[in-house]
Amino acid sequence: MTGQQQPDANDAGRTPEVATARPATRLGELASGHDSDPAEGREVVFDLDGVTISYSGKPAIRDVNLAVHRNLVTAFIGPSGCGKTTLLRSMNRLNDLIAGASVDGSIRYHGHDLNTSDVDAVEVRRRIGMVFQRPNPFPKSVYDNVAFGLRLHGMKDDLAGRVERALRHAALWDEVKDRLKASALSLSGGQQQRLCIARALAIEPDVILMDEPASALDPISTQAIEDLVETLKTEYTIVIVTHNMQQAARVADVTAFFSVEVGDGGSRCGVLVEMGPTSGLFIRPSDPRTEAYVTGRFG
Amino acid sequence: MSTEMSPNPFTNLDPRSRRRRRWGRLMEGLASLAALLAIAVLVILIASVARRGAPALNVDLFTQVDAPFGQPGGGIENAIVGTVIMTAMATAISVPLGVLIAIFDTEFAPARLAFAIRMTLNVLSGVPTIVIGVFIFGLLVVGHGYSAFAASVALSIIMLPLIARSTEEVLLLVPGTLREGGMALGATRARTVVTVVLPTAFGGIITATIVAVARAAGETAPLLFTTGIFANAVVTDPSHSMASLPLTIFTKSELPDTHDQQVAWAAALVLLVVVLVGSITGRALSLRTRRQIEQTR
Repeated sequence: MTGQQQPDANDAGRTPEVATARPATRLGELASGHDSDPAEGREVVFDLDGVTISYSGKPAIRDVNLAVHRNLVTAFIGPSGCGKTTLLRSMNRLNDLIAGASVDGSIRYHGHDLNTSDVDAVEVRRRIGMVFQRPNPFPKSVYDNVAFGLRLHGMKDDLAGRVERALRHAALWDEVKDRLKASALSLSGGQQQRLCIARALAIEPDVILMDEPASALDPISTQAIEDLVETLKTEYTIVIVTHNMQQAARVADVTAFFSVEVGDGGSRCGVLVEMGPTSGLFIRPSDPRTEAYVTGRFG
Repeated sequence: MSTEMSPNPFTNLDPRSRRRRRWGRLMEGLASLAALLAIAVLVILIASVARRGAPALNVDLFTQVDAPFGQPGGGIENAIVGTVIMTAMATAISVPLGVLIAIFDTEFAPARLAFAIRMTLNVLSGVPTIVIGVFIFGLLVVGHGYSAFAASVALSIIMLPLIARSTEEVLLLVPGTLREGGMALGATRARTVVTVVLPTAFGGIITATIVAVARAAGETAPLLFTTGIFANAVVTDPSHSMASLPLTIFTKSELPDTHDQQVAWAAALVLLVVVLVGSITGRALSLRTRRQIEQTR
């Protein structure tokens, strides 16, 4: 990592010279902890080229070009209605479930187009896991929640061991090891969300898509999820949608900022405004819309 | 400023407000009365059936078959066995079919088709049961003779919309986020329905079944056309006529013999208890299921 600064260094003790070099905002301070060129030398996992997603013919987000690199956390930020969740859901074909949704342009995963007719959406979703905005554990036991995907994909050798590893990975094992048979619904919201992450990790995906994974949680549970994202990126590629800019500044190596464009007829459509290393985007945004958003003048 | 209190505007009402208040009270009273009336009807009904039926309740009633015409004694064993078998067969036909219809409607059908199916089920549940009886009479009885099987088919047509519609309601209560959760783990839609949606809704399907069984057990009209009224022995072969509780009540209550009339009342009590226990269990289970599903939201 280069150009990093300790964000929690004691401000009062700094010399004036350092203070002037220091980013002016709290967000900038958080963001400056990240590598200024995180994507360098990393494999491209997702390559989106001219992607437009429409619902019943009306575009919700249009002409997105971006790349997601391996073992990085990429955040999608932007105001409500900018299509960031729609875009995320198209990255594992989950939009298939919505009648009338269609994708134009190409979404390539390690070079393979996800939307050709011979692609099996089920296999896509096995490799590209997803964690949702609200924890959605199945009304089954903790154990069965994690074992669900394993059984589904025939990964039944050493089932108990796989379940334990997934729960450890999601930093939940110590809290649930004595109540694996208890209903998942008896866990707290934060635990339920980590269970959902464990459930996704168990089937050994390459990528984890997270749709505002902490927005329904309290600050302590949010912290736990953010810490988890930080450790998971050593093994997985993570794309996280968030409303919370501080969260993006804390966890993301790369951030994409989306905005809403209002058309002539009042139609609203999302666009990608700019994307870049988090440290750059929050400190020196190149687009005035990004600057307005990250400095809190808008959105 | 005067220290004297002005008249209290909250108690010294103008005529308009007084009238509004009187109307309000009157309407509230009428609504309460209507509610009480409904409860009273049920209580009186249960009490009168219990009072007249209880004296004839004894072991013989449950272990003896109908006495031949003109002879004393006899019970309703044949009717109980018949009702149990015919209702069970009707359940075996209507539950799988009804649940499959509900699954298709809520999970797979395009919106327009789902709406059409729902409308059809609503219409079907409104068809008078005697019409269903005549229909099955024409379809399965003419040329084949009375049979318990024909009666079961008629009962299953009555049960089908009840089961399908209530199952649909529970399936719709299962949050979409659970379906997405299943599919995001790489399950197909069908697999998600079987492994996530159905287990979540299981209690509701049981409830729907119990309520439909309770309804079918008391149906009389369709049996008249399909299984006939003469079967005074325990019959277990579904290709023959079977006796049933509702028809026993119907025929025995018409007979001059006081013993027969008492048996009719006792049979009515048995039927009533079965139906009441069924509906109450069903409603209680349904509340429980709804609460459980609420938790997953």
